[in-house]
Amino acid sequence: MAVTSPPASNPAKLPGLTREQLLELYYYMRLTRSLEERLVNLYRQTKVVGGLFRSLGQEADAVGSAYALDRSQGDVLSPLIRNLGSMLVQGATPVEILRQYMAKGDSPTRGRELNIHFGDTVRGFIGQISHLGDMVPVMAGVTLSFKLRGQSRVGLVYVGDGATSTGAFHEGINFAAVQRCPLVVIVENNGYAYSTPTSKQTACTSFKDKAIGYGVPGVRADGNDVVATYQVTKEAVDRARAGDGVTLVELMTYRRKGHAEHDNQSYVPAGEIERWARENDPLDRYSRELTSKYGVSQEELSRIDTRVQEEVDQATDQAEASAAPEPRDALRGVYADPAEITTLWFREGVRSAVDRHERPSSWGTHDG
Amino acid sequence: MAETTYLEAIRQGLFEEMERDPEVICLGEDIGAYGGAFKVTEGLQARFGQQRVIDTPLSEAAIVGAAAGAAHMGMRPVCEMQFIDFISCAYDMLTNYVATARYRAFLPCPMVVRGPSGGYVRGGPFHSQNPEAAFLHTPGLKIVYPATASDAKGLLKAAIRDDDCVLFFEHKYLYRRIKEELPSGDHVVPIGKARLAREGRDLSIITYAATVWKALEAAEQLQQEDGLSVEVLDLRSLLPMDDEAIAETVRKTNRVLIVHEDTATGGVAGEIAARINDLAFEWLDAPIKRVAAHDVPLPYAPQLEDFVLPQTADIVRAARWLAAY
Repeated sequence: MAVTSPPASNPAKLPGLTREQLLELYYYMRLTRSLEERLVNLYRQTKVVGGLFRSLGQEADAVGSAYALDRSQGDVLSPLIRNLGSMLVQGATPVEILRQYMAKGDSPTRGRELNIHFGDTVRGFIGQISHLGDMVPVMAGVTLSFKLRGQSRVGLVYVGDGATSTGAFHEGINFAAVQRCPLVVIVENNGYAYSTPTSKQTACTSFKDKAIGYGVPGVRADGNDVVATYQVTKEAVDRARAGDGVTLVELMTYRRKGHAEHDNQSYVPAGEIERWARENDPLDRYSRELTSKYGVSQEELSRIDTRVQEEVDQATDQAEASAAPEPRDALRGVYADPAEITTLWFREGVRSAVDRHERPSSWGTHDG
Repeated sequence: MAETTYLEAIRQGLFEEMERDPEVICLGEDIGAYGGAFKVTEGLQARFGQQRVIDTPLSEAAIVGAAAGAAHMGMRPVCEMQFIDFISCAYDMLTNYVATARYRAFLPCPMVVRGPSGGYVRGGPFHSQNPEAAFLHTPGLKIVYPATASDAKGLLKAAIRDDDCVLFFEHKYLYRRIKEELPSGDHVVPIGKARLAREGRDLSIITYAATVWKALEAAEQLQQEDGLSVEVLDLRSLLPMDDEAIAETVRKTNRVLIVHEDTATGGVAGEIAARINDLAFEWLDAPIKRVAAHDVPLPYAPQLEDFVLPQTADIVRAARWLAAY
């Protein structure tokens, strides 16, 4: 996208990003939040078929880290449920997200999968599954293929604090480390896995320390600082592209909503959510930083906000107009061959031998 | 032309496919320099290099998961489970990730997971398993389990060329015990087609893998001693299953014995029986019977293993009962 803006009068030293890029980061963070707010409305109108998963307060870590990848080189990421922002950076569109949540026939998975569980290898994101940690071995293989083919592509995989407790996480990062795959592993530490606090997830004081056990660098950054997130991830991406293998990046953030929209967060200490909202909202922080440090005017940001709102409105109209899937499509595409599974006998009339006596009665069966 | 063992046939299949298609790679524990626990991959790394024959950490979930990722990118990985018993460590990756990838995300997963399977070798509970039934229930996977050297080679080549994930179970009892002259040229056996191993009129034995040979022994004995003409159908592919061949043999002999080495309860025989019920109920002259392993973990001592697993004498006894029904 291109954000048109007047040149800054007195820009501070830019952190390896152009002014346009700084504004683009803001755009994606705002788009993430506005799109999710729209989804909340649609959820309350019962137009979202399944659950709704928010990334409120975590927009910076998803956007900043994904922004460190180079789409022109064919980099690939695998998002998690709170990384909508990373998919938008890679080119997923609001209308796709809305259709997906609303289980439309023209959604990216044609109604087969929920929420942001979809991918596109061309745009460079691989659809996750619900079994946490499983995408680490998969992305180890994606990046192994880059290495074997001598490509300069990089992969990035997100896991939450909870997924670090799985066997798949361990097996995947160990495999990638041994093979020196060009992979960045982001541990998004948002304080909770569903209701489980990190203190009940690990005895380590920091997830970055787990890197030591795999013989790879482990770094930690403030995931609510989009520029810091970008910078730390960019270093890891550069290392990977240079052939120096895996980096584990822990991004500190906070999950301000429940696991999903139904979760009342009764397990969260009083005042904690409010404090993070008040003192450490990534969009508030970044808006202040852009205006105070980089000479961006409030008016410029408002223009982006308006543009985002228009895009979300337009996408909502489009998605609402989409048709539901055609039921029979459920039987297509399990295999390349056969392309379609046949319906079972009770659905379209009895086709088996059971409904007719195909054996000549003169053969003398037991029933004569 | 020289005869080739079942094991050498698998190696030939791997070798030819790696020669034919640079996207074919092998992943597994000890498969490279060492050539694998059973030496199936011996010589492959010397020929194709460490980039294409990859010694991995002891990590079945990572082997399968990484294969899936590489397959998404257009490669055709062949994973070795050192013993197929360890495929359960990758059960999640196979059933939740790999099997659903095409359907839920339009991500192709052209990959093979292969490994030494089966008992009769005094391997005990963790080096003798037959895991096919655990995966038969998973849409999105394909399963083959060859009984002959020729089928082992031809089905492996078909599995590597297939655009979806194929589980290729190879019976370790057969590795070096059977051999035959292989068809020349590019020998590919289509997945989903059964093989008539012996023609007969009086009774059909439907089976696969090592028990094909026990069924053939039993059929010969029944011919000699009872004058019974026994047909033996080797399924070769379990998913998809050759319904036509099953229906055809049932319509021909009207009596069916299903034999497999895996345990009875929840085994593949139950599925085959249900299909016969759907396809050819009216052609049956006797109840469908099965001969399978007793429902216990497979024990180590020869006396125990032989008691638990189906033997030729069991097949003969069951067939006589069925013929007399």
